Amino acid sequence: MSIDLDQRRAIGDEIHGAAPTGDVKTLWEEHLLNLRLVNPANRRKFKVIVVGTGLAGAGAASTLSELGYQVEAFTLHDAPRRAHSVAAQGGINAAKAYKADGDSVDRLFRDTVKGGDFRSREADVHRLAELSVRVIDHLTALGVPFAREYGGQIATRSFGGVQVSRTFYARGQTGQQLQLAGSQQLLKEVGAGRTTLHTRVEMLDLIVADGRAVGIVVRDMITGEIRPVTAHAVILATGGYGNVYFKSTLAKSSNVTATWRAHKRGALFGNPCFVQFHPTSLPLSNEWQSKTTLMSESLRNDGRVWVPKQPGDDRAPGDIPEQDRDYYLERMYPAFGNLAPRDISSRAAKLQLDAGKGVGPLRNGVYLDFADAIERLGRATMEERYGNLFELYIDATGEDPLTTPMRIAPGPHFVMGGLWTDYNQMSNVPGLFVGGEASFNYHGANRLGANSLLSASVDGWFVIPWTVADYLAPRLGTEVLGHDHPDVVAAVADARARVERLLAVGGTTAPDHYHKELGQLLTDHVGVERHAEGLAKGQDAIRELREDFWRNVRVVGHGAQLNQELERAGRLADYLELAELMALDALDRDESAGAHFRSEHQTSEGEAMRDDEHWTSGSAWATAGDDGRPVRHSEPLTFEAVPLATRSYK
Amino acid sequence: MRLILDVWRQDDAASPGRFERYEVAEATPEMSLLELLDMLNAQLVTEGRDPIAFDHDCREGICGSCGVMIDGRPHGPVDSTPACLQRVRNYAAGDIVTIEPFRAGAFPVIRDLVVDRSSLDRIITAGGYISTATNAAPEALTLPVNKHQAEAAMDHAACIGCGACVAACPNGAAQLFAGAKVAHLAELPQGQVERYERVRSMVTTMEDMFGSCTNYGECVPACPAGIELDVIAHLNRDFRRAVIHERRGEQPRRDDVPWLARLRSGPWLQSDPDDRPTDDRDADA
Repeated sequence: MSIDLDQRRAIGDEIHGAAPTGDVKTLWEEHLLNLRLVNPANRRKFKVIVVGTGLAGAGAASTLSELGYQVEAFTLHDAPRRAHSVAAQGGINAAKAYKADGDSVDRLFRDTVKGGDFRSREADVHRLAELSVRVIDHLTALGVPFAREYGGQIATRSFGGVQVSRTFYARGQTGQQLQLAGSQQLLKEVGAGRTTLHTRVEMLDLIVADGRAVGIVVRDMITGEIRPVTAHAVILATGGYGNVYFKSTLAKSSNVTATWRAHKRGALFGNPCFVQFHPTSLPLSNEWQSKTTLMSESLRNDGRVWVPKQPGDDRAPGDIPEQDRDYYLERMYPAFGNLAPRDISSRAAKLQLDAGKGVGPLRNGVYLDFADAIERLGRATMEERYGNLFELYIDATGEDPLTTPMRIAPGPHFVMGGLWTDYNQMSNVPGLFVGGEASFNYHGANRLGANSLLSASVDGWFVIPWTVADYLAPRLGTEVLGHDHPDVVAAVADARARVERLLAVGGTTAPDHYHKELGQLLTDHVGVERHAEGLAKGQDAIRELREDFWRNVRVVGHGAQLNQELERAGRLADYLELAELMALDALDRDESAGAHFRSEHQTSEGEAMRDDEHWTSGSAWATAGDDGRPVRHSEPLTFEAVPLATRSYK
Repeated sequence: MRLILDVWRQDDAASPGRFERYEVAEATPEMSLLELLDMLNAQLVTEGRDPIAFDHDCREGICGSCGVMIDGRPHGPVDSTPACLQRVRNYAAGDIVTIEPFRAGAFPVIRDLVVDRSSLDRIITAGGYISTATNAAPEALTLPVNKHQAEAAMDHAACIGCGACVAACPNGAAQLFAGAKVAHLAELPQGQVERYERVRSMVTTMEDMFGSCTNYGECVPACPAGIELDVIAHLNRDFRRAVIHERRGEQPRRDDVPWLARLRSGPWLQSDPDDRPTDDRDADA
């Protein structure tokens, strides 16, 4: 099949992230000096909307509220604590260098740039590394019970892709503890009367007037009321879209609607095809399994990954002697071994599965074996380190990892792509800020473990509160838009029409059915490994599925009530559009980079082969024009502090 | 395997509810009870009927969204396990599974199995935090924390906020939830500054909405996060100290809470108003 890319997409302009130039080490400090400020007495004259109460959203909302801005925070959950940041297990990286192992801000910076396979913005990544230090101080002050050494110091551990110990953790519940600290701060501000919190309210659209983000359209999920909320600025911290695969490690309500609607209103979408498959998910066991359960990567600190050397070896793991086992990560990547980065570990696992060496009843997993660590450290230490993860595993599989090796497999987990943002975390739509997984700038083509909680914390607590002030300062004296403004009225009418259209299709097929089909298409064509032909086919199939959805979906019930089918259908409608762009972006990016592995572009040893000459850039997509072709703008990336190099973990 | 499901259906907060009986023909042992509901919902939607509304999200036991009474027990038959991780393997073919919303005065039903648990967040809003402005924190190692205290704080902090403790309690009390947060923050040096104001504020808010604890202890086996009953002792101890502090004038009086005033003049504090405990910390030991 011949693929004419030009029929599928148009080429746009070169764009720039407005990162200041100079020595990367001092950029952020200098930038802070250049940011405009809002006088404390004037802050209450500004209203800021924050959508999402995860780590990034709660951080931004509570900080802006402390500073004196009027904050309106929105979550689709019944409580801010439930945002999916809560599920991060392993930890948060910070360049505290509490161990004499050679860590530093610059090393975290370098590891992150390299881990992202040179597809992120250097200046942003350095800021991430720099501010990591403050994040740990802040979280500790908020009462996060980080694991401690006997002397009272904070403990750290290692994570994939690095050779130092810089991951701070609270058992296997680090995300939960950070999320609780964040949501408690948010509730503190609610109690002080400075923040208004709206729970069970979902954003359906962004309101743009005169090219600026001036509000959102929301639906009250209990009454079904659809109404506008206007403000001086809008912050989206609505997380990632990995749940587009249906069976992912994400929560069931995680969705792309907020960022996708912003995209439809003009915000550029950055690198949508960069999706991380987590190597330590649990293999699927049955058709009704509603998601892929995640096992923290931290397990790879003490676990050894192996498969039988012979395909189809169906002996019990304990009966397979050492010489018949292939510890393939240790063999292929001796320097990093079982701690090789996620993209590499996932792909290595897929190679074993494709070679027929999968284990378990469905032959869809690899072993993660703790026998050596148990012998070395004892059961008690292992239980202390990983107790709750082991319990989760026992519950899911009925097997005890202390006696039988765990079975793991790659599962869709985190998206590096998201709304394109500049150095101020502002999208190309002025007044629209994006933080955490919803944005795109830190992780390039692959995220290092424990950098996700970090980027959400940094954006929410230590970047957006400063940069929002810079945007607001010159807008002193402007009023928020009235609800009778034509752009507000039109956005509300659009949102209502979309809901009515969904309810009116009157087909026969449930939204979840389409979601599963979509997930399968993406897994097959836009998965761990991609190639041009499959991507083109995938894109076409996704479009057909979307057309079928709009003809045959059935949304039972009505709009003026709690209607979870309607919620699912609305989110899926946006996923069906996003998925097509993911396939197109993956087809367009004619190289392998990080988690984006195009089988046409690999070395003789099967490693990803970047095309730095043509693709040292970020793709920023504009929504399709009248000809139906999305427009790909391109942001050139330069690497000065960390020179471009082939990533090697051997 | 065939299972019969008796599920509570209620259109909205104002309507009366009722049980309806359904059948699922092909449940499998490794399914979770929420996946069983997914399966039933798929069936209902195919028939053009309203699916059962229920709260759920992470499906791995950490978000605390799910919360239903299954066979009269919060979350289901297995102790200390959230509904999303309860498995069909605990049932035999032909069994009847009864699923209803959490039953508590403070958790009004919104629809079917969905309840309003915002009363829990009102307890946190009253003081379940450490007030530190962003950018104001000292270097994290400034305050070393004893490993055992850090572990104890983590034990208490593990609460997922699902509300099972309230649903399990014959009084509909939230002491386990509030106690977990009070104990978590009181265990850490960072939490000391606001320790007594926090507990006083959280308890007075809680008592407005929830029943009172009479030490049934039903909450503990229901708790998916393994929170222990000692957090309630912690809560009561800190609360009593807070009242003593108030009497001594170390904390502003709250005259807006009538029952606090009654406590203040109660016999349990009358023995010797100037009898200052030698050291509050010693009492902890």
